[in-house]
Amino acid sequence: MMQAHEEPEPMNDKPASAPNALRRFLDGDVWHSFCNSPVAMLAALIAFVCIFCALFADLVAPHNPFDLASLELMDSRLPPSWMEGGSRNYLLGTDDQGRDLLSALMYGARISLFVGLASVLLSMLIGVSLGLLAGFVGGKVDAFIMRICDVMLSFPSILVALLIDGVGRAIFPNAHDSLAFMVLILAISLTGWVQYARTVRGSTMVERNKEYVQAARVIGVSKGRIMARHVLPNVLGPVLVLATIQVAAAIITEATLSFLGVGVPPTSPSLGTLIRVGNDFLFSGEWWITIWPGTMLVLIALSVNLLGDWLRDALNPRLR
Amino acid sequence: MLVFIIRRLAQAVIVMLTVAFVSFLLFQYVGDPVTSLLGQDATQEQRVALRHDLGLDAPVPVQFGRFIGNAVQGEFGLSLRQGRKVSSLIVERLPATLELSLVAGLIALLVGIPLGVYAALRRGRASSQLLMMFSLLGVSLPTFLIGILLILVFAVWLKWLPSFGRGDVLAFGSWTTGLLTLDGLRHVLLPAITLSVFQLTLIMRLVRSEMLEVLRTDYIRFARARGLSDQAVYFGHALKNTLVPVITITGLQLGSLIAFAIITETVFQWPGMGLLFIQAVQFADIPVMAAYLCLISFIFVTINLAVDLLYFAVDPRLRIEGKVQ
Amino acid sequence: MTTSLLEVRNLRVEFPTRHGNLLALDDISFEIAPGEILGVVGESGAGKSLTGAAIIGLLDPPGRIAAGEILLEGRRIDNLPYEQMRLIRGRQIGAIFQDPLTSLNPLYTVGRQLIETITTHLPLNQTQARKRAIELLEQTGIPAAAARIDQFPHQFSGGMRQRVVIALALAGNPKLIVADEPTTALDVSIQAQIIALLKSICKEQGAAVMLITHDMGVIAETCDRVAVLYAGRVAEIGPVHSVIHRPAHPYTVGLMGAIPALDQEVERLLQIDGAMPRLNSIPSGCAFNPRCSQAFDRCRSERPELTSAGGTTAACWLHANQPGQEP
Repeated sequence: MMQAHEEPEPMNDKPASAPNALRRFLDGDVWHSFCNSPVAMLAALIAFVCIFCALFADLVAPHNPFDLASLELMDSRLPPSWMEGGSRNYLLGTDDQGRDLLSALMYGARISLFVGLASVLLSMLIGVSLGLLAGFVGGKVDAFIMRICDVMLSFPSILVALLIDGVGRAIFPNAHDSLAFMVLILAISLTGWVQYARTVRGSTMVERNKEYVQAARVIGVSKGRIMARHVLPNVLGPVLVLATIQVAAAIITEATLSFLGVGVPPTSPSLGTLIRVGNDFLFSGEWWITIWPGTMLVLIALSVNLLGDWLRDALNPRLR
Repeated sequence: MLVFIIRRLAQAVIVMLTVAFVSFLLFQYVGDPVTSLLGQDATQEQRVALRHDLGLDAPVPVQFGRFIGNAVQGEFGLSLRQGRKVSSLIVERLPATLELSLVAGLIALLVGIPLGVYAALRRGRASSQLLMMFSLLGVSLPTFLIGILLILVFAVWLKWLPSFGRGDVLAFGSWTTGLLTLDGLRHVLLPAITLSVFQLTLIMRLVRSEMLEVLRTDYIRFARARGLSDQAVYFGHALKNTLVPVITITGLQLGSLIAFAIITETVFQWPGMGLLFIQAVQFADIPVMAAYLCLISFIFVTINLAVDLLYFAVDPRLRIEGKVQ
Repeated sequence: MTTSLLEVRNLRVEFPTRHGNLLALDDISFEIAPGEILGVVGESGAGKSLTGAAIIGLLDPPGRIAAGEILLEGRRIDNLPYEQMRLIRGRQIGAIFQDPLTSLNPLYTVGRQLIETITTHLPLNQTQARKRAIELLEQTGIPAAAARIDQFPHQFSGGMRQRVVIALALAGNPKLIVADEPTTALDVSIQAQIIALLKSICKEQGAAVMLITHDMGVIAETCDRVAVLYAGRVAEIGPVHSVIHRPAHPYTVGLMGAIPALDQEVERLLQIDGAMPRLNSIPSGCAFNPRCSQAFDRCRSERPELTSAGGTTAACWLHANQPGQEP
């Protein structure tokens, strides 16, 4: 039976060059969607402010809470400046050691962000590599990696993190601070890599069967090059969305671990540590010691989550 | 179908063995098994004798076999921290955690599903967008912070509800329940809400996105083209197709609830297994950690199996062809 | 003008996007008489499915009817509120979609879906509805209908499923069936059966059919009249015999010339250069003019109306000899 003439599909698998890509991005739907979404812009602003304060805490914070010499015990347990008994010197109040909470927030955020971002990067590295491997090589390697993914997925993240942390503690009972950090980052990153692996594996398998990849293999281009040059760019979109959402999850996991007392070492308090310390003063009415770090934590997590959500919608062609 | 069950059982056994192996490794190489079993104050002779009795000079696979044998009977030795038998500690604490998780799971389902359906059907309206905002908030609030906030508002400021412990419990054999006393119910409320928030938001988002997907399908379009009423389309067709994957995923999340109970129990000093585990991690109490691990994975594996069977019961496509997607 | 069952007048369907309004259907007009089978043919993207969707009132947002009217038995239906239109769907106008695999809810038995539809439109109780459902299945050629009524969709083959779909569409005894590519997703051997079934069952029930397809062979076999769509406009419309053997519009000529025929010796098939324009770059004047070998100045500046051209009606300046000529 006769068919009417069909339109040819445009080819769009070429890797883009940098300035072209930038122009296409600014013209494209993603940027447009961003400019049209007040929520996304607000979230980006909040995230930016938080990250800025965290990165440049040394310069921005009014006090240095770790400088023991600068602490005044007389100023301990002061409520926020707008309440009765507060002082303008300590905008958000002080804790039981006289540390300024606003400054402690910024330094704490720095630690939290550091651990969160490092974990996500490590997660991405592990997950993307394993995903590429599984998708490209296939066969038994693929089956094995997927089995591990299944098993890991059925365990909640907090348990995996706790376990690795606990084992680390048992193996190195008097660990150096940096070792403790590394164990923590490893623990958190192992909770999140599975998502990357699965997504990348799926995309790799789709790309692997496309003609341009098969052509490249016939010519003799090495598998590694094919994976890096062709498959990877096509996979970046979903990976980026995942990463954004995972940053928030990683920060929260770190905070939880620190709150439980098995996270960052006490000499480098993160927001979670600060919340734990403040928890003891809840019943005596000094709520600010725990609430401010909590608010900062939520602000960071929320703004990152909002950005991740917006990014996912913007990159999803079906929802446009 | 029988083939399917057998295959899944085999998979379950493999997972359990793997976990048991990890626990075994913990015992062998991280903690000192002799110390675990005898406690800290054993004499040198007792240690040597025990090493021989335990067959620690035997090849590793044999030791592993014995470990499995012990584990199946619930024998994990003594807690390093408390000196009591691990098994009795766990039996003592298990009901508290299970009750807390069940109540939290129920809250998450009973609130999450209707909210998700509402957000899908009223998509684009302000109320639904507000709901999605709140759901993001729910995912961005760590569980422990929710607990702290609830304690602050309801226990410290309003003084309506208690902030720690289980309250009055009734005992039935080795099982203790707090759900049958008013005091127990008052005590379980805040922790259960805290634990349920994360699940609730997940369920809500899942239901919403599943329902939106379903509403885009051809069969819904065809149902509309046949002139079926909105009620028939939404609640007859769309809802059932939405709930099938949702209920099964939620079942899997039950295990996750039990694990996340660790955090809630810490905040509320709830005397459950989670609190026990945290104290074990802080103390590097290997026997307790290993026992908790084995128990949790057993619960997980059982739940997964039950959920798979549930899927079979609900989706006719799987039943008749005997194939698994 | 005889009483037509369905009348579409100057229908315009547009999609507002941030690049501007995309006009997907531009001034479409045609009629369907009671019991008649009208074919609607054209390439992918010409607007055939959109026309069907607009008629049954299920245009996917943000698409919307921007202008024009759709009349069913003389009554306007394009501006009805959802609830009123819902009463017409299934009862007066039935619809069949392309993919039988996804048209049926996999979690409900075929019987439940049939009975539900029947009871929505006809005042029958459960037992009567079940009897009617079995009858419908038998009419559409499903063997052992009484047993198979309680089976699930995945237990039917592709062709059988489409028969169930046809049964569902006819459950409310509609006067018009909009069939959107009903055989495209089926095996070639099944296609003929389904088309024959559609034709016979509609004749029995006296239902008219709007058969949307890109397959000219099906059109030739089945339809009384055919409308050729191009870039959201009607290029030619007329009795099927005339359109196929004496096409007036150059596009239709090209379409027919591209079909290989067994009884002719042809060295090369006719090919129309170029491609149908995208919605955001439709040329001024006649939409076909860039690809037309007979185009002249007027074609590029003024858009032609449908005018009589021999046995058919075509939108082409080649055939509009005098101004004010009636279509």
